[in-house]
Amino acid sequence: MPAAGPFVQGLRCRECGRSYPAEALHVCEWCFGPLEVAYDYEAIAFSMSRDKVAAGPRTIWRYADLLPARASGAVDLGAGFTPLLRADRLAAEFGLRELWLKNDTVNPTGSFKDRVVSVALTRARELGFKVAACASTGNLANSVAAHAARAGMRSVVFIPADLEVPKVVTTSVFGGTVVALTGNYDDVNRLCAELASEHPSWAFVNVNIRSYYSEGSKTLAFEVAEQLGWRAPDHVVVPVASGSQLTKVAKGLRELYKVGLLDEEPHTRVSGAQAAGCAPVVAAFEEGTDFVKPVKPAGIAKSLAIGNPADGAYALDEVRRSGGALAAASDEEIVEAIRLLARTEGVFAETAGGVTVAVLAKLAARGVVRPDERVVALITGNGLKTLDAVAPVCGPTVTVAPNLEAFEAAVQVTDWEEMTAQPVRSTAP
Amino acid sequence: MSVKVRVPTQLRPLTGGAGEVEVEGVTVGEALKALDAAYPGFAERMFDEAGNLRRFVNVFVGEQDVRFLDGLATPVQPGSVVSVVPAVAGG
Repeated sequence: MPAAGPFVQGLRCRECGRSYPAEALHVCEWCFGPLEVAYDYEAIAFSMSRDKVAAGPRTIWRYADLLPARASGAVDLGAGFTPLLRADRLAAEFGLRELWLKNDTVNPTGSFKDRVVSVALTRARELGFKVAACASTGNLANSVAAHAARAGMRSVVFIPADLEVPKVVTTSVFGGTVVALTGNYDDVNRLCAELASEHPSWAFVNVNIRSYYSEGSKTLAFEVAEQLGWRAPDHVVVPVASGSQLTKVAKGLRELYKVGLLDEEPHTRVSGAQAAGCAPVVAAFEEGTDFVKPVKPAGIAKSLAIGNPADGAYALDEVRRSGGALAAASDEEIVEAIRLLARTEGVFAETAGGVTVAVLAKLAARGVVRPDERVVALITGNGLKTLDAVAPVCGPTVTVAPNLEAFEAAVQVTDWEEMTAQPVRSTAP
Repeated sequence: MSVKVRVPTQLRPLTGGAGEVEVEGVTVGEALKALDAAYPGFAERMFDEAGNLRRFVNVFVGEQDVRFLDGLATPVQPGSVVSVVPAVAGG
């Protein structure tokens, strides 16, 4: 069997602990629990250092020792090492003192999915797969199609037929097969889970390759800690669809301490954000249950529209154990948060980013996210992908004839200099 | 009455490799019991000690998750297709 990253020992069931080889397996044959990559952390601690990371590529592959595939064969469009922006104006809106934005809108295909796909297809190629596939709410399809093209693999991506047009176009352009299904994401997911049994020669990144794929999300945590000068944040706010990203961000911080890259054990509080149209994990949090009841998704935040989240219960557990919270944002709040983020910090996020910022506002107002905390919000997708969400409220301020009189009559410019006279902070070191 | 059950890769060792088998039953629960009778081992893999479906097992009748219907009491028609699908996927 081809090696899976230098320090991978195999796969292990998160529920019952049974061990498996590092193959294209994602589910325990005994209890159906998720399989997770097992690492030799002692060897990683010996190999990895801050200096070694700093000398690595400015991509997720600078953390290759903690990833389940080899950097030397990476399927790489340059995912990761995105800016961590200090957000003082947005912080002031919410009464916070120290807020940072992890700007994952600038990844190669415009979302954090490039992190997980780069890891997944690198491992898939190591395992000999020639076809890349996925069940997607849009961003993943973009990324799989692009990375497959980069790697010379065929791609077959499955999406709900009602997806935003830009996400379909920016997937289709890469030349793979795009299958639009007449159903919601959970229907797409179910079909893909069945197809993975019928087409075992396809690498479904979030089905049979999922154990490796999901590890890519840890790099968000690795980068945030490194960019904060090898310190964990006090509080991180993460959008929740399947719940995988949230659990892996928390895991990533713990791993950094385990291998000696963080001096102090992280006590980061982890909070989750969902859209009100699809908030099964928020509902479980509010009801105090430890299982997540599936829902039928609705609303504009289609990238988060997973009604039956695979890692929902784990995300719930992570939030509760860390002292965080979960909350939901309405469609109107999402649109307003997208505009607020853009207006105050110059970052244009897709609806998932609007969800995160809107929920951050709520949690700050409730005193869950506190002014004495160093807070990081994960902005995971680019606004150009969901133009429809803001198009009704964004357009020319005025339309005038091309002459001075018409302009001066239509636009009041008296107080502009005062409004913009605030210092601009740099990005993180 | 006879219904089809679609079996995921993880459970195909129990059916001698078959991905689809026919069993008798008028509810999803009965069909799955019949499945265990025909291919012993299914029940302990799919159900926990209390007899509930394990957390990471999804069961569908046609395209509908039985949790949106009547769970294991969901009726099945002759020719219905019951799919057993691992829950851990996607996202």
